[in-house]
Amino acid sequence: MAITTEAHSADLLLLAEEAVERALSLGATDAEAVAIESEEFGVNVRLGQVEQLTESGSRAIGLRVFFADDAGSRTASTSTSDLSQQGLTHIIESAVALARVTGPDPFAGLPERESFGSNDPFAQHLYFNDVDAIPAAERIEMARRCEAAALSFDTRIQNSSGADFDASSSRRIMVNSRGFSGEYRRSYCGFSVTPIAQDASGAMQRDFWYSSARTAKLLDSPEVVGRIAAERTLRRLGARRVATQRCPVVFPAETARGLMGNLLAAADGDSIYRNASMFSGKLGEQVAGDNITMIDDGTMVFDHALADGTSIRVGGFGTAPFDGDGLPTRRTVVIERGVLKSLMLNTYTARKLSMQSTGKASRGLAGAPGIGGGNYFLEPGAATPEQIIADIPNGLYVLQTMGHGVNLVTGDYSVGASGLWIENGELAYPVEQITIAGNLKDIFRNVVAIGNDLEFRGSGAVPTVRVEGMTIAGS
Amino acid sequence: MAAAPNLLHSETLDHKRYFFTHLGLTDRLLERCLGEALSAGGEFADLYFEAVTSMSLGMDEGIVKTAAQGISVGCGIRVLSGERTGFAYTDDLSPERLLKAARTAALIANGPQTQRVQGFTETKTPSLYPVAGAAADAEVGAKLKLIERANKAARDFDPRITQVRASINDELRRILIAASDGTFASDTQPLARLNVSVIAKDAVNTARGTSGGGGRVTLDFFTGEKSPEHFAREAARTAILQLGAIAAPAGEMEVVLGPGWPGVLLHEAVGHGLEADFNRKKTSAFAGLIGQQVASSKVTVVDNGTMPGRRGSLNVDDEGNATQETVLIEKGILRGYLSDKLSSRLMNMPNTGSGRRESYQAIPMPRMTNTYMLNGEDLPSDIIKSVKRGLYAVNFGGGQVDITSGKFVFTASEAYLIEDGVVTAPVKGATLIGNGPEALKYVSMVGNDLALDEGIGTCGKAGQSVPVGVGMPTTKLDRMTVGGTGH
Repeated sequence: MAITTEAHSADLLLLAEEAVERALSLGATDAEAVAIESEEFGVNVRLGQVEQLTESGSRAIGLRVFFADDAGSRTASTSTSDLSQQGLTHIIESAVALARVTGPDPFAGLPERESFGSNDPFAQHLYFNDVDAIPAAERIEMARRCEAAALSFDTRIQNSSGADFDASSSRRIMVNSRGFSGEYRRSYCGFSVTPIAQDASGAMQRDFWYSSARTAKLLDSPEVVGRIAAERTLRRLGARRVATQRCPVVFPAETARGLMGNLLAAADGDSIYRNASMFSGKLGEQVAGDNITMIDDGTMVFDHALADGTSIRVGGFGTAPFDGDGLPTRRTVVIERGVLKSLMLNTYTARKLSMQSTGKASRGLAGAPGIGGGNYFLEPGAATPEQIIADIPNGLYVLQTMGHGVNLVTGDYSVGASGLWIENGELAYPVEQITIAGNLKDIFRNVVAIGNDLEFRGSGAVPTVRVEGMTIAGS
Repeated sequence: MAAAPNLLHSETLDHKRYFFTHLGLTDRLLERCLGEALSAGGEFADLYFEAVTSMSLGMDEGIVKTAAQGISVGCGIRVLSGERTGFAYTDDLSPERLLKAARTAALIANGPQTQRVQGFTETKTPSLYPVAGAAADAEVGAKLKLIERANKAARDFDPRITQVRASINDELRRILIAASDGTFASDTQPLARLNVSVIAKDAVNTARGTSGGGGRVTLDFFTGEKSPEHFAREAARTAILQLGAIAAPAGEMEVVLGPGWPGVLLHEAVGHGLEADFNRKKTSAFAGLIGQQVASSKVTVVDNGTMPGRRGSLNVDDEGNATQETVLIEKGILRGYLSDKLSSRLMNMPNTGSGRRESYQAIPMPRMTNTYMLNGEDLPSDIIKSVKRGLYAVNFGGGQVDITSGKFVFTASEAYLIEDGVVTAPVKGATLIGNGPEALKYVSMVGNDLALDEGIGTCGKAGQSVPVGVGMPTTKLDRMTVGGTGH
């Protein structure tokens, strides 16, 4: 494996095409290659000083090959960061050799020719070159300003885990032997800060806040982000425990996203066909309250107003022109008024279920495509977050959940939590070292209020939700 | 034993040779890169070369559906200047690209060159794990037999087992570290893991069960006691058991943890909080507590990177230092932190050889290796008998900790009620929550049955994953909050 600079002058698309053609010439009946190129910048500033600065780029290629006969397709995949001719030869020959040891699977294989397609990547507005153009000094300064705003907010904040600024751009190429060839670039920039507050007893709490965007034009002010992080941290100081009880639980947007995101995880075609999901066999049935509508949409483009009165169109964090199988992304209503309407399917899981793919294939460099959505959201309700808690005499407002105690086979849900205690309709005091537990099948039916505060800060957005009947375990 | 030093020496040479003969490195190139890295006034620089070959084979629904192989080669270059770290990496090991990465990392400092590159002194490495020959292409047939056996054993266990997935993942990681302080080390690190995941279904319920294990081992590990059948039956047994599980209780109660993987408690409750970077920055709930009582006097916890064949073990850490056994808590008293080069220098404390990184694309930081509690004197059966009403948890999924507030969770995947000193009904999965600096003060009994986990742990910190081990004997905590829904 000799490493040379040759690969840097060769075009990635040509390399991907070459990999596919050479796999076919070695007898593969189909082949598919993915090539990824990315540039990465990251800085961490702590207590005003730069602590870590990273700047690098990387390239890699992944290949899948298929050998079809009457019994089905044998398939294998390989990947490498060595883009020399020797590196390429190695992954092609290894993939072909490995495929021979696998078994024929009647459902394996590339999608049908007529189903391929791509939305126009330029109309999706995923790449902005201003992200690469921000000078390093300015990136460092934004992190520094953000942390300074948090540290100067209150004397109880004297320490911090630091502020980060990250910027990256990446290019993704996919080609296959059935005529598909697609490519897109995406940009990202963002910063965050994690202040630490300490009270008179010496007890410490941390929290964080952030801003991220595809273009620097849409980043929030570092001072605003620093102030919000400080407020979020301070409100956790002096946290106590509460007694074990059943009471209403309110999940604001930041924690509601994880809870309600389980609706899509349970609709994952891979779990469905294995009977490994509580939604297996439930297509067309009521699986949640009739106030629940959950949508996955890989095509979202947002209009953002800018300070100078103009507006800008920017693709969502989960937006892409095509999915990991080379099918166009799309909008899918997964849960409509509580009824499981569609599943999260890639080509393989769709064939297993005798259905059509819903364009949710996610493909890394290695391995077969898995399932991954685009942007997702829960349709908002009419109530403000204040109205949602106003009639709760005693309840929990969840600021953070901890751990992985979610079982999508049974729906059993048990996670650690910290938050604010609701007393007589108001956020009264912080609580911690408690758990919240229930079963998702019940939780999704017991959402008694949904907020009007839908805001996309990442690829998924869920407004405030209030759930009845969960158990809190504490002292 | 007389032959041992020679054997070690020849293997050390072998680790290094790969980089010189296959990747074209020379001593001169390493020195030039380090010189370039120090050119803007940095105090220390290191180069971390890594070449990883990994393979994954999976059987699913009785068909070998998955076969994947990956190759990753690259170099990470780090420059330290005070508390500042400059970092760049490249997946192209040509001299031009390496020197460019070194120049990028160098810019963390801002001045004339002050440090020279020291002559290299090779770190002597032990041989804690077998060194397989070439990447394991030749062993594909043997691996397939292992997952076929696991598939069959799980299906034969009980007709209610409806889905079986068995996989074997292994990798061979070669590393070479050269630093401006003269550090020069290389290692070849195998890692293998066999996994079985099943779904059980009866007329009413569906449940899952998983099991797996391995370590820094070659395939013959799975021909002994830790056979594919062992892991398959364990996964199937757990799933069948869960079909009949009742709701876990809710609230504070006595908790008995079984031996082995429940040691994840230590990893979350104290391990992360004792990593030196968090304590240098005073962001850990354990900051400033050295010499103080943080656990009951029955508790002694160590981190040990030198256990042969273990998943968390390393001949050298990713900064080229030998790993060691470090006492973290001795009879309840906090004794030390886990440190790397940067934190030991800034905190003026010993380097415990705990500098680890996920790959050449990541900056090293203090991490755990194999973390476990030493044996006590109680009989496990006496520990169970002593509990009036509580939870007996013998297996867990993952855990998580907030190192600043000290709050940690870990989720039981196999647990039972204890009623009047007798283990009774199995309960559903539940999350347990505690406060790190306090939780171990409630340890009232420690068994004499220390066991380490089967070799399945992966620890995540700041986005970096590394393999680790955990362990403990049967242990009773007088108070812990159990997050169920029952009474």
